[in-house]
Amino acid sequence: MRFSYALPEFLVERDLERCIRCKVCVRQCAFEAHCYDEETDTVSVDSSKCVGCLRCVTMCPTSALIVRQNPTSFKENASWTGRAIKDIFKQAETGGVLLTGMGNDRPYPIYWDHILLNASQVTNPSIDPLREPMELKTYLGSKPDRLDIKKENGKLTLKTRLAPQLELRMPVMFSALSYGAISLNASKALASAAKEFGTYCNTGEGGLHRDLFQYADRTIVQCASGRFGVYRDYLQAGAAIEIKIGQGAKPGIGGHLPGEKVSEEVSKTRMIPVGTDALSPAPHHDIYSIEDLRQLIYALKEATRYEKPVSVKIAAVHNAAAIASGMVRAGADIIALDGLRGSTGAAPTRIRNNVGIPIELAIASVDRRLREEGIRQRASLVAAGGFRNSADVVKAIALGADAVYIGTSALVAMGCHVCQICYTGKCNWGIATQDPYLEKRLNPEIAKERLLNLLRAWEHEIKEMLGGMGINAIESLRGNRLHLRGVGLSDTDLDILGILPAGR
Amino acid sequence: MKRVYAKEEICAGCRLCEVWCVVAHSKSGDIVKAFNSEFPRPLPRVMVEEAGPFSFALQCRHCMEPPCIEACMTGAMFRDGAEGPVLHDPEQCVGCWMCVMVCPYGAIARDVTIKKIASKCDLCQGEEEPSCVAHCPNEALVFEDRG
Repeated sequence: MRFSYALPEFLVERDLERCIRCKVCVRQCAFEAHCYDEETDTVSVDSSKCVGCLRCVTMCPTSALIVRQNPTSFKENASWTGRAIKDIFKQAETGGVLLTGMGNDRPYPIYWDHILLNASQVTNPSIDPLREPMELKTYLGSKPDRLDIKKENGKLTLKTRLAPQLELRMPVMFSALSYGAISLNASKALASAAKEFGTYCNTGEGGLHRDLFQYADRTIVQCASGRFGVYRDYLQAGAAIEIKIGQGAKPGIGGHLPGEKVSEEVSKTRMIPVGTDALSPAPHHDIYSIEDLRQLIYALKEATRYEKPVSVKIAAVHNAAAIASGMVRAGADIIALDGLRGSTGAAPTRIRNNVGIPIELAIASVDRRLREEGIRQRASLVAAGGFRNSADVVKAIALGADAVYIGTSALVAMGCHVCQICYTGKCNWGIATQDPYLEKRLNPEIAKERLLNLLRAWEHEIKEMLGGMGINAIESLRGNRLHLRGVGLSDTDLDILGILPAGR
Repeated sequence: MKRVYAKEEICAGCRLCEVWCVVAHSKSGDIVKAFNSEFPRPLPRVMVEEAGPFSFALQCRHCMEPPCIEACMTGAMFRDGAEGPVLHDPEQCVGCWMCVMVCPYGAIARDVTIKKIASKCDLCQGEEEPSCVAHCPNEALVFEDRG
């Protein structure tokens, strides 16, 4: 038998004195790394199968397991890292495109960690959000250029007809995670948490399962190049429609749901045969220009009687600012930008790791371009891709975003351990899987509670940060780059971000 | 009365309920000792039933008209009060296993560790909730009064 030259990534160690041979690890590992031998009454482990999801470690009732990086390494050098060698081995063994899951894990600069927030001292008072009201409510949608107000008999009435708006309790939404990529229980948790909290979740390109229609008024329904699950009731059910042009994890290519994940229910929801790969075309074949985009935007607006905002989502790429300008002119009410660190259930490794630009630079350049052209008010700007905490959100708002989408943070709240094997469909945490054995592991009630806790915690933290800056409404922070300072950034970075260096 | 109910749609089939049942009925109450050094080791009184991806934890249903009490010739199987749980006294049990035969749920196990006796759920008498419920990592077991 040929064996793999690739070294195991992890080493699983078992404390035999603490192991009670209960076999929980054996039952919980979908990769069959643990094995029970009845003859000797021992549990053995094959570290080469371990993906580092830590399900066994978490479930082990006696804490008898340790999973750590394999201390054995290749003879690495600056050019030929262990990862580079391993990738070559894998391709030499399989002849295939390397696949991966989750967001870009390469050490590109994370600008959030080089941006600092301001706080009030002496000359202006800071605000305590526990004692004073603090407004985080956000409206997404096209805003009028000006307001016509009529005064009749001393009464003021608004004459301008406002475009449809999404009302968010705080500027954080759940990003496009399709049913198919994630389990129905995970979708239920996201949708119900969004509804209960007062924000929105996004269907991704997986359609809307019939059990999720009850949350449709808090759901943004996506229309992607594959048009999976798109039909009249779907478009009419959602609170908004999003045309997905691109995704931060894989700009330039379409979504790919492996056939293994196309179960009976996924097939019904996506309207494709069971077990077939759901391959979205790289482009929308009816959109080859801004004019074509305009046609689809208005076709969707017509279909929903101009009652719902239409969002257009693109991956943040080199000329995102110019494209965004075209999107606004084409009639998009919301521009969604998905950055370099945007996550995915499955993407070719090389594309995920090398294509796109960081979301921080994209927000700043798009916001600036739209302001310069005097069309910033015509569309809201939603940023996605790598928001890890509430401070990242505050910084994004100050750079010019109206709201952010969180995907990985929401998954982690539900139990995701970012082991990056979503594309195998064998998620041991019951999230990125359609396997009936595995999807039961995610209790949608617990997951929803954890999501709500996360949102409430972030809400409180955002209020604290705003209060510190002496601001009592998120509107006052939007695009307010004077509250940001850069550390360890080049002049060019600072120029693009439109912020001053710390100390100036 | 309060009983343990299983939510099979979210049972992960990990069998931690069985593990913690053993610990709850062990002498030491220590999980490592209970499994690795104590003798006798109690049998789990909750059993996870599995068929394909379908699984749920089963334990004595504490029937209102329990066939096991009717079938028990020594009085080892008894009801604790008019509406209380069905309990089992191992001292009086002679291991005839008629209770095992008549239980419609298959919730009584045969313990042959020392002498032949029956083994069944006692709802962890004295505890706020049974150990299986308290330790289910997915909250797939609930302790409720559903009448």
